Amino acid sequence: MSVISKSTTFQGYRRENGRVGVRNYVLILPVDDLSNAACEAVANNIKGTTAIPHPYGRLQFGADLDLHFRTLIGTGSNPNVAAVVVIGIEEGWTKRIVDGIAATGKPVTGFGIEGYGDHETIKRASKVAKEYSQWASEKQREACPISELWVSTKCGESDTTSGCGANPTVGNAFDKLHPLGNYLCFGETSEITGGESIVAARCANDRVRDQFMFMFNRYQDMINRWKTDDLSESQPTKGNIAGGLTTIEEKALGNIQKIGKKCTVDGVIDKGEVPSHPGLWFMDSSSAAAEMVTLCAASGYVVHFFPTGQGNVIGNPILPVIKLCANPRTVRLMSEHMDVDCSALLQAEKTLDETGDMLLECMLRTANGRLTAAEALGHREFVLTRLFESA
Amino acid sequence: MNHFVLHDAHDTVAVVVVEGVKAGAQLNGWIMDDNKHMNMTARSDIPIGHKIALKDMKTGDTVIKYGVDIGKVVAPIAAGEHAHVHNIKTKRW
Repeated sequence: MSVISKSTTFQGYRRENGRVGVRNYVLILPVDDLSNAACEAVANNIKGTTAIPHPYGRLQFGADLDLHFRTLIGTGSNPNVAAVVVIGIEEGWTKRIVDGIAATGKPVTGFGIEGYGDHETIKRASKVAKEYSQWASEKQREACPISELWVSTKCGESDTTSGCGANPTVGNAFDKLHPLGNYLCFGETSEITGGESIVAARCANDRVRDQFMFMFNRYQDMINRWKTDDLSESQPTKGNIAGGLTTIEEKALGNIQKIGKKCTVDGVIDKGEVPSHPGLWFMDSSSAAAEMVTLCAASGYVVHFFPTGQGNVIGNPILPVIKLCANPRTVRLMSEHMDVDCSALLQAEKTLDETGDMLLECMLRTANGRLTAAEALGHREFVLTRLFESA
Repeated sequence: MNHFVLHDAHDTVAVVVVEGVKAGAQLNGWIMDDNKHMNMTARSDIPIGHKIALKDMKTGDTVIKYGVDIGKVVAPIAAGEHAHVHNIKTKRW
C-alpha cells in the first residue's frame, strides 16, 4: 500500500499537444546573450511573465550548437510553460527556436533586435507578452492521471547520508511510480563511476545497455582527456568531501540508490533529448546541479526530486525542484531550503516505504500547486551545458 | 540510538550519523540491509557523515561499502579510526 495508485490524479494544465504541466509560465526567452536586456525589460513591464537570461548563443557550432537549440526549444516546449516570447539579435536563429516551440501548438512569437533596436523590440514584444500573460491567466487545471506526471531526479551537495537515506527515498518513490507508467529520468554520467556495472545490469535489454555504456565511456574518455589529477575536489566536490564522501566510487554507489531496487532502465537519451515512451530513462548529463536540472526541464520533465546531504540550494525557472535530506544537521541549519526531512531513516524511526510515501505526498502537493522551498526562495538557476569553445 | 550505519554486513567502513563522536566513545551501529546491530569503539573524533573503519586495514587493501569496492587504502587504518581522504583514494582516475 502506498499513497499513490493507478487511480491517483493531480490537477494539471493540459497543453495543446496533450502533455500535462504543473505550472503555467509565460516565458520571455533570449536566443543569445545580446537579447537578455530586452527580455528582462519585457518581463519587468508585463506582470506574470518570466525572463530567463543566459550567457550563450553566439558562434556556437556543431553538436554544441545543436544542444543549445535543443535546450532552448525544449525549455519553451515544456508543459509547465503556457506561452513564449522569443527575442534574438537576428531573426534567423530566432525563427528556428520559435518553429521548434510552435510544434507543440502553444502560442509563441519571436523578435529580432537588428533593424529595430532595443526600444522598438521591447515595445513590440511587450504587446505580445501582455496578450499571452492575460490568456495564460485564464488557463484552468483539470484532473489528470498520476501516470502523466514526468518526474526527474538528480542529487547535489551529497554526503554519506545521501546514500544512506535521501537517495534510497527517491528510489523507493521511483519503484512506486515506475509500474504506473510514468516517464522518469536520472543521469549524472560521471557520477556513475564505480557503479556502472550495477546500472548496466538494470538495463531492460542489450540495446539499452549498449547505449548506456556508450554514454558512460564517452564521458570517461572526456574526463581522461582533460584531467590533471584524480579530480578530487571537482568530483567528488569539496562539499561532498566535507560531508564525508571520500571517493567517486562511494559517491556513485550512493547516487544509484535513486533508481530504487526494482526499476529497470528502459531507455537512454543524450543531453536534453525528449524520451519516447514511458519508463525510467538515463540521460547523459553533467553532475553539476543546475546544468543537469536545466537539461531535465528541456527534456520535458515537470517535477524534480533533488536529494541533498550538505544542502544544495538550486531551483529552476520552470521545473519545481523538491529538496529532501537525511542529514539531521543540514535539516536543522538550512531548514528553509528543505521540503522533505527524511533524517528519521538513520535512526530507524521511519522506514524507507514511509519516507518514499512522504516524498510522493510532497510530489502531489507540488504538482497541485504548492510552491517548493526553492520556488519560494526565488532560486531560478538556468544553466546551459556547453560541449566545447565557441568559434 | 544508532551512532553509525552500514549498508551490507561485509562493509569495512560505516557512516557516523550523530554529531559529537569523540575518540574512546562506545558506539552502536545498524547494519541496514540485515536490520542487525553491532558495536565499535571510536579511536578518533569523527564528524557526522564521516566514516569509521570497522577493521584494521593496510595500504593497498580494498575498502568495501554497499558490499562493493569503493576505493583503496593509501595509509594504514586501525579499526575505529576516521576513514577519509587522508587514508583512502579512488582506483578510477
